[in-house]
Amino acid sequence: MAKKQLALVIDLNVCVGCHACVTSCKQWNTSGWSGPLPDQNPYDADPNGVFFNRVQTFECGTFPATETVHFPKSCLHCEEPPCVPVCPTGASYKREEDGIVLVDYDKCIGCKYCSWSCPYGAREFDPIAGVMKKCTLCVDRIYDTSLEPERRKPACVLACPAGARLFGDVNDPESEAARAIRENAGYQLMPEWGTSPANHYLPRRKTYMRLHEDELVRADNPLKFEADLPKPNFTAPSIDDMSSW
Amino acid sequence: MHPAFSVIFLTTLIGAGQGLLLALVTGQWYFVIGATPDQESGAFYAGGAAIAELLLVLGLVASFFHLANPQRAWRTATRWRTSWLSREVIVLPAVMGATFLYGVVHWFGWTPVLWTFGNQKSLDLSMAVGFAAAGAALALFLCTAMIYASVKFIREWASSWTVVNYTLMGLASGFTIAAAYASLAGSSLTEFFAGDALALTLAAMAARIFQLWRNTRLKCRSSMKTAIGVHHGQIRQISQGFLGGSYNTTEYRHGIGSEVVRGLVVLFLFLAFALPAALVAAGWATGEHPMLLLAALVQYVGLMVERWVFFAQGNHVQNMYYQRMA
Ligand code: SF4
Ligand code: SF4
Repeated sequence: MAKKQLALVIDLNVCVGCHACVTSCKQWNTSGWSGPLPDQNPYDADPNGVFFNRVQTFECGTFPATETVHFPKSCLHCEEPPCVPVCPTGASYKREEDGIVLVDYDKCIGCKYCSWSCPYGAREFDPIAGVMKKCTLCVDRIYDTSLEPERRKPACVLACPAGARLFGDVNDPESEAARAIRENAGYQLMPEWGTSPANHYLPRRKTYMRLHEDELVRADNPLKFEADLPKPNFTAPSIDDMSSW
Repeated sequence: MHPAFSVIFLTTLIGAGQGLLLALVTGQWYFVIGATPDQESGAFYAGGAAIAELLLVLGLVASFFHLANPQRAWRTATRWRTSWLSREVIVLPAVMGATFLYGVVHWFGWTPVLWTFGNQKSLDLSMAVGFAAAGAALALFLCTAMIYASVKFIREWASSWTVVNYTLMGLASGFTIAAAYASLAGSSLTEFFAGDALALTLAAMAARIFQLWRNTRLKCRSSMKTAIGVHHGQIRQISQGFLGGSYNTTEYRHGIGSEVVRGLVVLFLFLAFALPAALVAAGWATGEHPMLLLAALVQYVGLMVERWVFFAQGNHVQNMYYQRMA
């Protein structure tokens, strides 16, 4: 079996662009193992802050024939991460056991070279600690045995009210994530760079229903036309024993 | 990209230092092969090596301002198998050490003959150390330039022309400094250095103009279609997801108008190449050292502008995701 590769599967057909994953990610990670995610001038002009996850919005087509696509974006935990080999210190690494790409904050010198080698803009520099930061796939949650098993998931996945985010081993064909990719034409971002992102996206889907004439008109209507049923007598019994009106 | 001044200083200073070192070694070699009759004194080479060492040290100091956690800088030497940045971190001290050694050997006049060739020419210790230092300096040009040329997501940088240009510009500025130094020292090598400086400056100008032209014709491998994976011919960003700034909006752009950048291109073509070439030619013809000194200074300023433009003109693929604030 292929090596274990934990990742997210994000369903663009479901995402409503509410940013719940953005705020829950920031909250969990700024207060946890990988934090803080500092903000500069948060309440002043020109605020600037570190996030692991962003939700962007795109519009396809020209008005009025347009479609809005909400697009959550975080580190994709590439299977061939171009950001890792360029790191001069070895602070950036990809875990053997589950494929998560992480930064060792105790080794990082803050040269920013890795961020130049990510085409997705997934890494964000923390100017306070002077180290590079990025999505950890909530590595501090998903193995935490003090949590109930169904809560051992990234914060964003738990927060998504629409259920647009799935989490699992994309290389395990039996996993929910792998099945979603397989059955819904899941795809990778910018495949042309050979990064082989582990995170996948599920495309927008159009849902059509074909209705036939005889499904709209009652075929068994003896009068062959639709009309109100005759009003019953006021005193006639009704289902709830109150009134038939 | 957002040009960092520490890196501008680093790359231009060490480039000039390496170029100067290579000029000294070339000058000595001219004598060894008999292109010039009189050898320079050991003190001349030692003095030149001291200037080169100073430039390298200043560059190294500048580089530390780029690191947020410089106390861990020693760790950068660990990933030389995969990272050009790590390789540069190893080769730079090697060049500094070799430069120091080259100066010391000349200062104390340690010139035991190591090898005598069939044609009665001989290789002495100072020349051998010089060759080793020159090799290290050339390797450093490769490492420094490959740091940028290997970033494939910035198409303006990801080309072998980056290596050619870093090398030629470093050599040109180094030889111009060497010419100024030789003329101040009243050395007979002045003419050699001035002639080489002129040729290298013009070559560097030609290569840089070619790269400027090449950069206007680049095609991006990615499009909005592959960036978000929606197969639609017309995709525009409505929101990048936040109203403030972020690392993605500050690190990857320079915030200067394209008009200004175009003006800076003209400025550096003039300051780094055209004017120094004219000054070197004039200094070469008249033998006046203020001309050569001025050429070296003007060229250094011009190359700093050039480096700024080089960084600023790098357009990273990730910018596709950060086009609109609202
Ligand atoms: S998305 Fe970027 S930071 Fe994350 S693994 Fe891929 S290249 Fe590296
Ligand atoms: S910023 Fe840190 S993690 Fe990134 S390349 Fe430099 S040392 Fe490595």
